[in-house]
Amino acid sequence: MIPHKKVYMYGGYNTISLGTGRKEFNPKKARPGIEHYLKEAGQGVLKQIGGAKNVDDGVIGNFMAARFNNQANLPGFLPMVDEGLSMKYGTSVEGACGSGGLALQTGIRNILSGSDVTLSLGMEVQNTVKAIYGADILAGAGWYQKRKAGHAYFFPGQFSERAGAYFEKYGREKARKGMSMWYHNAITNARLDPTAQEYHNTLPNPYETCMAMEPNGRVFVDNLNFLDCSKVSDGASGIAICSEEGLKKMGVDKSDAVEVVSFVQSVRDITKDPTDLTELEAIKYAANKALEDAGISVHDLATAEIHDCFSIAGILSVEALGLAKPGEGCDYVYEGNTARDGVMPINTSGGLIGWGHPTGGTGVHQAVTIWQQLTGRAGDYQVNIPKDRPYGMTINMGGDDVTISAIVYKRG
Amino acid sequence: MKYEERLQNVTVLGAAGKMGSGILLLTAVEMADLSLQPENKDKTFVLNAVDVSDEALHGLMGYLRTQVRKLAEKKTVALRAMYADRADLIENYHIIDEYIFDVMNIVRPVNGMEVAYNSNIIFEAIKEDPALKVKIFKQINENSNVEPWFFTNTSSIPITELDEKAELNGNVVGFHFYNPPAVQRLVELIRAKNTKDEVNDFALAYAKKLRKIIVASNDIAGFIGNGHFMRDALHGMLEAESMVDDFGGYVNSVYAINKVTQDFLVRPMGIFQLIDYVGVEVCSYIMSVMNPNLDNEDLHSTLLDKMISQGITGGQYSSGAQKDGFLKYEKGRPVAIWDVNTKKYVDIAGFSADVDAKLGAMPTSMKPWKAVNFSKKKDASLEAIFTEMNGMSGKGVEIAKVYNKRSNEIGRLLVDSKVAANDADVNTVMLTGFFHAYGPINNYLK
Repeated sequence: MIPHKKVYMYGGYNTISLGTGRKEFNPKKARPGIEHYLKEAGQGVLKQIGGAKNVDDGVIGNFMAARFNNQANLPGFLPMVDEGLSMKYGTSVEGACGSGGLALQTGIRNILSGSDVTLSLGMEVQNTVKAIYGADILAGAGWYQKRKAGHAYFFPGQFSERAGAYFEKYGREKARKGMSMWYHNAITNARLDPTAQEYHNTLPNPYETCMAMEPNGRVFVDNLNFLDCSKVSDGASGIAICSEEGLKKMGVDKSDAVEVVSFVQSVRDITKDPTDLTELEAIKYAANKALEDAGISVHDLATAEIHDCFSIAGILSVEALGLAKPGEGCDYVYEGNTARDGVMPINTSGGLIGWGHPTGGTGVHQAVTIWQQLTGRAGDYQVNIPKDRPYGMTINMGGDDVTISAIVYKRG
Repeated sequence: MKYEERLQNVTVLGAAGKMGSGILLLTAVEMADLSLQPENKDKTFVLNAVDVSDEALHGLMGYLRTQVRKLAEKKTVALRAMYADRADLIENYHIIDEYIFDVMNIVRPVNGMEVAYNSNIIFEAIKEDPALKVKIFKQINENSNVEPWFFTNTSSIPITELDEKAELNGNVVGFHFYNPPAVQRLVELIRAKNTKDEVNDFALAYAKKLRKIIVASNDIAGFIGNGHFMRDALHGMLEAESMVDDFGGYVNSVYAINKVTQDFLVRPMGIFQLIDYVGVEVCSYIMSVMNPNLDNEDLHSTLLDKMISQGITGGQYSSGAQKDGFLKYEKGRPVAIWDVNTKKYVDIAGFSADVDAKLGAMPTSMKPWKAVNFSKKKDASLEAIFTEMNGMSGKGVEIAKVYNKRSNEIGRLLVDSKVAANDADVNTVMLTGFFHAYGPINNYLK
């Protein structure tokens, strides 16, 4: 869709993504809960926009606090972030790992329906249970009727099947090279962002390490190794979504914000298996619709944030976007095109594999990264934004290609 | 009787002890896995956990639950397949909880021995006391309703002696786990003179299912593991006693030998810490069991006698924490040393710098055992360390060279006296049972 009036995003904030890999993470010690993350991310945004008085409404994207943290009724936490949000409109949205994207979509729709400033937050705190039990909870992103027949690690199992189909159709060796290069880029980018979960990663050659780690179905899944997967993360991100009026109220110049050029949200029937395991059809639809609505081609993008919950999802998204033909996404990545100095830098702060994947927070984190990149705020992980390609894009996915948000941005 | 039939009724004696609880855990899991196979679903599996202490049995069940959960969490992929026909078990936690129940449901904690009369297999992990073992084996064998096979976890008593005295008619085999049985992969398998083939075959099959590394040892007191360890420990104690003047006192000398055996020899722990781990009293007892069976050798330590008479026993608490022995421990680390003369612990911090200086430099290529043992470049690291050490002098290096030479001699003695079939078996036992980074039969130190 094309917004019928100007919609901007500004004031993005990320907490760290906490989990294995971060030096401060100790599974045996107590860790901050959802309150901490919502407060830090929410207040991080409010500080940049003149406080809660400028905010009309709030939305929290979250997937499974009801099980990870035994907590529902999340809108009630907005006034905890800042009492200035008390008695204001607040809601929460859920679409599995696409919940953060829904928080953005909801914010955009709030502005289009008359609000001036929405505080959009995305949050997940998942280290409350061991991975084997976390897998149960995350499996909620799939159709429960299929859980019994699914893998112990349900989602890695789903995407392992996709990887297996891709291996068979296009060749295992070149696919694994592309997937390992995806991991390499994720790690080297994450090392530039102090909030990233892999910020402390010191592997001398992530590509080699990933290539050398053969998938082992006896202990995990058949076609993915651990490095092909995003980790378990605690974290939150926030951003203000606003109208032109909203920007004025906040005293922010347009050029410091990003403008939403187009936004698409689309869903695929969760009860149906993918038609073709080697294609992400809902992502393909949403991403291309967003580009079409924006009136641009994929080659007009300076950078994109892609939902790489698994390296294979990254490769398939590259193909869905049309950056490479089916079966050639792995080569495109292997050749360095998506690296930070490549023609199309993707996931410049590490993406889900490098930065981390606090599931309900990821969609918002993606928007924060694009805002930082397009407005020159990305610090050490800043990439070049060519003048003739001023656009950025985020693609957030819930479940196995089910709940998709795709948004095109440019500097305001 | 087929493998799984034989495992339908099993008893572990001393089930709540350190070794017994591990054996119980492994056996309970193996039996539960058998019971979950489609062809066994209508069979009942019984595992009697016999121990004299009610209190210990109470703790045992808690240990079992915790350990089975850990195992189940690691093998959930396989468990989902095992419970594929159970429509009510959907999520991982449903399956893990059910598996814990299924394992626990096999185990019958009890402190009377009569339950063993229906068992086909008796795992024995009671006190290392030949007379007691004989008495119990005899009682079970005479009263049994079946023809039971005895698997004894003795680490030192000749199996033939147990077989003959308890009149077991060859239905016995030495099946020596290492501590802790659930973790250590080594099992020493010892056939008595008359051990029946089918008993031995079952032992091999069972060990294989448990994915243990089997080393056969001849039926000579102490077998391979203690055959090396006890002589090695005696050497360490004699060295410490002989160097009291060199290091300026008894505790200094104990500290020095413990340090050389751990750091200079790249072992997981120093010799005195290892004696404490096994237990001062247990070591003394094992020596006394072995000694009458040895020719031209006196395997006896007056220092151990002295420690025991002073009430210092070592060993472990039921929680697994280390009891004080030669060394005193805080959070698992040695902080003081027992002075047999003043009958007090003396803080290591007070004299360690002085002794370290006397021991002299370690090779610059030196790395701690942990860094060496789990490295892919283990052999290269050891080669570098010991090559450098060969070109060095200094008290520590000299003690290490003599120590390694003695360890080497002990290894060869075990082969020459036919306890072990070959050098490789001796080294395997020390590598897998004692976690040494290299075997005693080596060419590292000249």
